[in-house]
Amino acid sequence: MLTRLFTALLLLAVPVLGVYTFVTAADHGWWMQPEVSTFGQDVDFLFYLILGMVTFFFVLTEMLLFWFVWRYSKKDSSKAVYTHGSHKLEMLWTAVPAGLLVLIAFFQMSTWAEMRFKGSFPEGEPFAHVWASQFDWRFQYPGADGEFGTMDDLESPYEFVVPVNQPVKFVLHSRDVIHSFSVPAFRLKQDAMPGLAIPVWFQAEEIGEYDLVCMELCGWGHYKMAGKVRVVSEEDYRAYMAGLQSEFMNTGMEG
Amino acid sequence: MSSTATTIQPGEGAPGTVHVHHDHHELNFVQKYVFSVDHKVIGIQFMLVGLVMFVVGGLLAMAIRWQLAWPGTEMPVLGQLLYPETGKAISPEFYTSLFTMHGTVMIFFVIIPLLTGAFGNYLIPLMIGAPDMAFPKLNMLGFWFMIPGLILACMSFTAEGGAASSGWTAYPPLSTLAQSNPGSRGGQTFWLMGLTFSGVSSMMGAVNYVTTIAKMRAPGMTLMRMPLTIWALLIAAILQLFALPVLTAASFMQLSDRVLHTGFFTPTNLVINQVNSEAAGAAAGGQPLLWQHLFWFYSHPAVYIMVLPAMGLASDIIAVHARKPIFGYKPMVYSMSAIAGLGFIVWGHHMFASGMNPAMGMTFMVATIMIALPSAVKVFNWLGTLWGARIQLTTPMLNAVGFVSMFIIGGLSGIWMAATPVDIYIHDTYIVVAHFHYVVFGGSVFAIFAGIYHWFPKMFGRLMNETLGKIHFVGTFVFTNCVFYMMHQLGLAGLMRRTADPYAYEVFHHLKPLNQFISISAFCLFAWQIFFVVNFFHSMFWGKRVGRNPWRATTLEWTAPSPPGHGNFDYQIEVKRGPYEYASAEVDEDFHMQAERVDG
Ligand SMILES: [Cu+2]
Ligand SMILES: [Cu+2]
Repeated sequence: MLTRLFTALLLLAVPVLGVYTFVTAADHGWWMQPEVSTFGQDVDFLFYLILGMVTFFFVLTEMLLFWFVWRYSKKDSSKAVYTHGSHKLEMLWTAVPAGLLVLIAFFQMSTWAEMRFKGSFPEGEPFAHVWASQFDWRFQYPGADGEFGTMDDLESPYEFVVPVNQPVKFVLHSRDVIHSFSVPAFRLKQDAMPGLAIPVWFQAEEIGEYDLVCMELCGWGHYKMAGKVRVVSEEDYRAYMAGLQSEFMNTGMEG
Repeated sequence: MSSTATTIQPGEGAPGTVHVHHDHHELNFVQKYVFSVDHKVIGIQFMLVGLVMFVVGGLLAMAIRWQLAWPGTEMPVLGQLLYPETGKAISPEFYTSLFTMHGTVMIFFVIIPLLTGAFGNYLIPLMIGAPDMAFPKLNMLGFWFMIPGLILACMSFTAEGGAASSGWTAYPPLSTLAQSNPGSRGGQTFWLMGLTFSGVSSMMGAVNYVTTIAKMRAPGMTLMRMPLTIWALLIAAILQLFALPVLTAASFMQLSDRVLHTGFFTPTNLVINQVNSEAAGAAAGGQPLLWQHLFWFYSHPAVYIMVLPAMGLASDIIAVHARKPIFGYKPMVYSMSAIAGLGFIVWGHHMFASGMNPAMGMTFMVATIMIALPSAVKVFNWLGTLWGARIQLTTPMLNAVGFVSMFIIGGLSGIWMAATPVDIYIHDTYIVVAHFHYVVFGGSVFAIFAGIYHWFPKMFGRLMNETLGKIHFVGTFVFTNCVFYMMHQLGLAGLMRRTADPYAYEVFHHLKPLNQFISISAFCLFAWQIFFVVNFFHSMFWGKRVGRNPWRATTLEWTAPSPPGHGNFDYQIEVKRGPYEYASAEVDEDFHMQAERVDG
């Protein structure tokens, strides 16, 4: 009797506390960081869509599990229901999840295409080349001539400054091992692969400072491979570039 | 699909192995318990080694949890043990070794040996009515190949620079260039050799399981009369046969990159600590993406190697203790086959952020989303089995129900990861850690506990203590959920995995109390296992003696004596019906044994 009560309570606690944790998570900051990029909304919409479906099936199956275990563990000297299954039910619980899963699969394709497909990349030259190495980030800008790989290229560590409301394309490199360029607030993550130059794009929609986090194990210092993406207005962006430029002129070094 | 015309009679041994099982001269202690060719002894050997390694892997996890809750502070007890040279605090270098070795030990030396090694060996011949495995000596060799594997893996800790520290995924060039990572100086070489031994050991087992199930079933044991455990172990063995050669080849390639300076995975012109890697003698011209493809081609199916047998064990245990036939036996078999088939075309979901062609990402996404379907079908069928049942809440049943409850969570959270755009946010965060621990700990480990409680009386002729078993279950279930459910929350907040100090970022400062809660729960979870250890060893010698069939189950192993002698069955049997004839109206009792005596 005690076992029965305990087991039923434990099984009931799973969906109840599970849902409760998710509902109250935002109060403790145990929830997604706010998004500030163009595809951020699409990603979050998909997340909530899947969350809805998942929660429905989570509560349904866990409650059934709880109820069946409670209900059918009663002392009863008669035999169990003798059945080897039901064709109809099998069809039902294959077809319904299958339909939902196909729906999710197709629904997200456009978001993925927008994030990654060549066709959705902004036209023109990249803003910057981003170089990852153990354990820091370096940002290389084209300088006055607008071309990379020339003597007047500008370089700055740690902080990536980009204009707001403009598509920003950059090329991601690694000098040593695999790193990952991740800005949670932009819903952006791309591994930096040594030996590959990978184009990446995003468009930030709010001025501010956002964490740049290395998300792929890259050695003992992985935990501290931090950076910042600073989203500024068009004027501030031009002022920042001019500042970098004059710094370069004064010191005569290219960083 | 009737049974292959096997002429082997139970108790006689397969052709060519007759001598092994038919000799009546006394075996000495070493032949009987150490270099044994008896599948039951080998199964128990795998179980004991797996459980010992479980403690090792668990201790590594405790150290990880200490660091995440109180980074850089002196760790009590364990600190002295693990890290005596530089005080009792964990350095970031050592932390990377810790999680690398935790994953490696748990996957290759705990879960796989316990599920396929212990249960595969012990149960396959007994459940299909065979006197032993098809190749008993190969079987013994399989066990003795795992031992050097785990010794080499542990020796990794003694290497210069410390144990392997590039994660259990061992992505190059971090794993191949000694300059880039302390654990890649010497530890990684031991790690690769250990992995290779364990892989070869698993392959020997897999060949044996497939052959035994194909050729040595008792008369009347058709494929569709096999218990789901056997189906699951068969499918897992086939997965191993296809996937392990790829892992073995890949580890050899990485080993050769490291030792012979070939260039499979190391790209040209890397600069580490201002030194060009080629100038420092490293290879060039390779690509790490190649390793990722090869590694995940094995390691995704490996997840199913770890969860399919668990599903099989749970299905059988649920049927026995629910006193009711499995609901939808055939859909269960088909869905396991579908999981295995699809399991080979989803590996790219680990590489959505890696720079792989995005069109390929889309293909992998569709396949990955669809693999949720057979898992869902299985969950519904378990629920169908419980409906209208007469549930006996024994310890094995509690653990099997716990398995279902937690497998649901692990399965559902996978859908986020399959959805490529969402995965971009949660990839390499703690959501992933929560997800796979729900599958492998909540799933596989609970099924392993259920299996041990359930088949212990067959193995040792004695029951495990029910009271201790129930105490063990309740605590383990509660703490497991405290630990792993809350990791979803860490991951949603964006916390990345494999970080030696989460609080290096200001955005994660507020997660510290939550991390401390998780760590304290983890310590309790670890400590709570004492109830299992005590129960296990106490029951082995002083447990309540039982007869052949203490659970009143139907499958063939319960026809044999407890424990079964050499050759397993002491009389000739023939299988007359399916494995789940519970509550049938044909007999007065609520179970109808699968096999009947035929030699009179
Ligand atoms: Cu990094
Ligand atoms: Cu996978």
